Amino acid sequence: MAKKLPSTDVVVVGLGWAGSIIANELADTGLNIIGFERGPWRDTARDFNVASAADELRYNRRQELMLRTRQNTCTMRNNASETALPLRSWGSFHPGNGTGGAGNHWAGIAFRFQPHEFRLHSYLTERYGKELPAELTLQDWGTDWEEMEPHYAAFDRLAGVSGKAGNIKGTLIDGGNPFEGPRSAEYPNPPTLQTYAPTLFAEAARNFGYKPFPVPSALVSQPYTNSLGVKMGPCTYCGFCTNYGCANYSKASAITTVLPALIRKPNFKAVTNAEVLKVVMDSTGTKATGVIYADANGEQFEQPAELVVVAAFIFENVRLMLLSGVGTPYDPVTNTGTTGRNYAYQTANNVRLFFDDKNFNPFIGGGAIGMGIDEFNNDNFDHSGLGFMGGGSTRVTPIGAAPIDSRPMPPGSPTWGKGWKQATVKNYLSSMSIGCEASSYSVRANYLSLDPTYSDPHGRPLLRITFDFPDNDRKMAKYCIGKVAEIAKSMNPREIVVSSQQGHWDSRPYQSSHIVGGFIMGANPGTSSVNKHLQVWGVPNLFVVGSSAFPQNPGYNPTGTVCALAFKAADAIRSRYLKRPGEMIPV
Amino acid sequence: MKASLSMCAGVLGLAIGYAHAGTGADSYNLVEKGRYLATLGDCTACHTLPGKPLFSGGVVLDTPFGKLLGANITPDPVHGIGRWSFEDFQNVMSKGHSPGDKRLYGAMPFTAYTKVSREDNQALWAYLQTVDPSDNAVETNQLPFPFNVRASLIGWNLLNFTQGEYQPDPQKSAQWNRGAYLVQGLGHCGTCHTPKNLTGGDKNGQFLQGANLQGWVAPDLTANNHSGIGSWRPEDIVQYLKTGANRFDVASGPMAEEVEHSSQHWQDEDLMAVAVYLKDFANPAEVPKPLAANDPTMKAGQAIYADRCSACHISKGQGVEGLFPTLANAPLVNNADASSMIRVVLSGSRAGATDAAPTAPAMPSFGWNLSDDNVAAVVTYVRNSWGNAAAPVTSSEVKNLREQLQVK
Amino acid sequence: MIEKPAKGVTRRQLLLSSATTVAMGAAATAKAATIAGTPQWVPFDHNGPLHYDTPGWQYFTDEQAREVEAIVEQLIPADELSVSGKDAGCAVFIDRQLAGEYGTFARLYQEGPFQPGTAMQGDQSPLNPRQRYTLGLAGLTKYCQANFKKPFSGLGAEQRDATLAGLEKGTIALDGIDSPLFFQQVLGNTMEGFFADPIYGGNRDMVSWKLIGFPGARYDYRDYIGLHNQKLDLVPLSIVGSSAWTQKG
Repeated sequence: MAKKLPSTDVVVVGLGWAGSIIANELADTGLNIIGFERGPWRDTARDFNVASAADELRYNRRQELMLRTRQNTCTMRNNASETALPLRSWGSFHPGNGTGGAGNHWAGIAFRFQPHEFRLHSYLTERYGKELPAELTLQDWGTDWEEMEPHYAAFDRLAGVSGKAGNIKGTLIDGGNPFEGPRSAEYPNPPTLQTYAPTLFAEAARNFGYKPFPVPSALVSQPYTNSLGVKMGPCTYCGFCTNYGCANYSKASAITTVLPALIRKPNFKAVTNAEVLKVVMDSTGTKATGVIYADANGEQFEQPAELVVVAAFIFENVRLMLLSGVGTPYDPVTNTGTTGRNYAYQTANNVRLFFDDKNFNPFIGGGAIGMGIDEFNNDNFDHSGLGFMGGGSTRVTPIGAAPIDSRPMPPGSPTWGKGWKQATVKNYLSSMSIGCEASSYSVRANYLSLDPTYSDPHGRPLLRITFDFPDNDRKMAKYCIGKVAEIAKSMNPREIVVSSQQGHWDSRPYQSSHIVGGFIMGANPGTSSVNKHLQVWGVPNLFVVGSSAFPQNPGYNPTGTVCALAFKAADAIRSRYLKRPGEMIPV
Repeated sequence: MKASLSMCAGVLGLAIGYAHAGTGADSYNLVEKGRYLATLGDCTACHTLPGKPLFSGGVVLDTPFGKLLGANITPDPVHGIGRWSFEDFQNVMSKGHSPGDKRLYGAMPFTAYTKVSREDNQALWAYLQTVDPSDNAVETNQLPFPFNVRASLIGWNLLNFTQGEYQPDPQKSAQWNRGAYLVQGLGHCGTCHTPKNLTGGDKNGQFLQGANLQGWVAPDLTANNHSGIGSWRPEDIVQYLKTGANRFDVASGPMAEEVEHSSQHWQDEDLMAVAVYLKDFANPAEVPKPLAANDPTMKAGQAIYADRCSACHISKGQGVEGLFPTLANAPLVNNADASSMIRVVLSGSRAGATDAAPTAPAMPSFGWNLSDDNVAAVVTYVRNSWGNAAAPVTSSEVKNLREQLQVK
Repeated sequence: MIEKPAKGVTRRQLLLSSATTVAMGAAATAKAATIAGTPQWVPFDHNGPLHYDTPGWQYFTDEQAREVEAIVEQLIPADELSVSGKDAGCAVFIDRQLAGEYGTFARLYQEGPFQPGTAMQGDQSPLNPRQRYTLGLAGLTKYCQANFKKPFSGLGAEQRDATLAGLEKGTIALDGIDSPLFFQQVLGNTMEGFFADPIYGGNRDMVSWKLIGFPGARYDYRDYIGLHNQKLDLVPLSIVGSSAWTQKG
């Protein structure tokens, strides 16, 4: 039996981006807060030494900052007729571990979603009517741009996002993204510098009449003191960024922006190496009474609390809800139930360009250094008659080129021997890639559930992913990458290699950690799990925050929206819930 | 959740904290003043162990002569100072004598505290009465023979101690005098920043010109514009003491602790007074000639700097305000004594965190990664680049400090 | 329960005792730790890379090492561009990796049932890297002895190439292990050894980085990012250091 501990006001599960933001916002009210983190305490001073941070074997190949699959993993299958098998090592995506979570090793691309995204189903139905493909189960978020914008702005100030506004309060501004929603203010920091590849791409895109803009970056472009008084140093473009921790305080993450201020607050404490096993519910199932967690020795404790906020990575958010009996598990056959519903991903495509006469110095860069265009993203172009919905963010982001993994060469090149060596040398410095990070729209057959066979070291079932790319997304990928290839060809490379997502979802190659859904937000308790304040329908003292709340995924990176939702939930708790605990939106 | 909601109001805790502070308004104000004076004096640094009751003593001070422990100064009648009168306390502060005519060691900076006015001591005393008594027993004197014989202090005091309250200089402003009173008195800056003689007493002829203690350099605080703070504006000094960082430097080591415990809580007008006083401390600089850039040590040092240092301190030593100290034209870099520089390269150092500047960045340790030659080269390079000029560092200096630090 | 301390060796102890070979400890062995206030920072602590400084094979037998050296010499042959995979230290790298945490897949989920799945479901082999090498090398020796009356290391370049190609394509079957699985394991580790930081035993003198023009573990390109389409000729840097650090003259 778990040993019962003295009660506290608030428990926060997970000290990555979402959990740290919420814990910090709530700590300002004077409530006593305990944050649980399944991994170790991490901070820049102790973990990331400038002499050893640039280590591809350790951080990229052996994945030191990522969750050990031995501690917790998922099973996957492409469809319900297959037997799901465990992901024994991470490939397709990279869940994090330790304070800061996946935010320590993220790329730092800090897009906001567009206004129409938050009412996507209504918007597309209004615009395209019957053309909306029947397989899609798109939903509205139950919120809107006006409600979201202040929280996006709060995240921008926290992370010191560097970029160029394209739209301030409805006025379009040259050099920024003309497709972004109206911003209340310019980015806190100017854009980062650019390497050669994005510069060349932007020039080519401009020749097509497109409007290239600097990718919004949470790798700060200049010294910055954030909204909590925490200081960040300017990005050095070291190229050891995505999958690495930052040794010079440039990459925004919970450990570089929130936790230094939060950990000083006397009413907050962090409990690390502590895995939350379930949320404890009272006998009526309408109230959370705390959590049960296990320390690294497996000893179990019950931590009672008045308010429970679950803000782990999406997989753990959904699994904890399934394990705790919160909501009805989704059934794809009847299309009923909500826990596990509308699981989606991101559709990754790219065009690689090989040149003879150029030197890109590809080792210079960072996860969010780059230029992009949005002409083929989401509904920024007319989909009438195209037979699909959605689109992708097209961009060149040189993330670095550490050579165990980054040795591009054309297909058909030898993989070993003398010919391999020649091809490696020939292409290493003279190749670049244009990515198209595209939308992933939910369908009935893609969902999350508990695995019947495989379990974690605590004996709890693993989460089972049933996912494949829908026809809609494959058509979209083919169309969008065709547009990208036109730009690529205009740059006169020796050779281009076009890859769009056409086959099954493959768990092996890295695509992105942009996994969404499974405990989605909305206005209707019959088809969503949380209301627009991230409060669980029917369990008013339980909040579940993360990309698990997205009903589908647009063609943007999700972190900015995850963090905006965290600010949004915290704001609702502070300004409304604490004054009148209970359902903030009547069922 | 109801109980929690009332906590949101946030004032209850404070009221309880002051409950036994006395009754009348005068007494309340006196205690508040004493609380502030105790912060100015950084009494907790020696008299409170982290996580232990306030002022219950036990902090170990390593002196060149042996170990001394901070006393329990809570009102406990047996283990603290509960049986003392105000006059006993006044004697400690002004003469370094505790009841029974026991002479205190100079680690208790009574050579500075003697400057504190009787009026301020009364406030301090009133405040100390409000602290929770602790029965923590502390044996303060753990020195070996012969230093453990307190009678030996008679001679020490003759050599090193001038008793007497601070006397204002009528030629100077009230602000300057306030600064002098704080620096020489409760602030006891000279305890670290004034060079010591063989018996551990201050060389008062070299007041605040910098000293080496416990393997750290306490920098020159005079207005010398090479190795002192001549190039700092008063506002820079205030910001440094308030937040632990300014556009030049970030506090680390013992100074980081001082900022965390003490000066971040000083009132702005007191910090400005200190700045005005320090800026008036003329001390002409003797500037050596820098090493030539093509010197082999400089070339090696330049390469190491580019590979290990520039990511934070930037390629020309510019630094980043509040995060990474400026190395170009920097007083501490120009100090004749390179111990602190060698030390932070070897062992690393974490800056202090304050409410105003919570980041607590760290200089990472390079002791595992750089050889003695490497450290000597890079420190020499920094000390002779971008407007700096100071004596080169040798490998054997690095080796000695490495051994000294790693024994601990 | 989640983390078993492997023989009770911490990262710090390992790095301090560089003179002797010590089995690697899992990085985090702590119990749940409650943290309040700025967490302690310890002078000299540096969270450095786990590596071995001791000479000699740490995992392989001499025979196994000889065969692995013959394979990596063929996968990355010596030519006018660079030394071979063997002379770059790839076999030493693999040996150190197998001796450490990676050798047993200590970080990875290894619970059964093991069953074959679709290609999309990834590597479902129950064998860890140590087992893959042990079985694969034994199988290869058996195959070569049966067909050539010599171990792989005794074959000429053409026979070696043909044998490796057969393993890659699966046209040569090995006893005890799927031959493409073994081949991809060795190829992947060889490339890791050739391109990883030299601190891990391969990529001697940063040979691969010089080969392709990668400047290594540098951490500041602010002075170079604006130099578009130019060759930079930067001296490569390893975690261990750089040739430019040594005083000349």
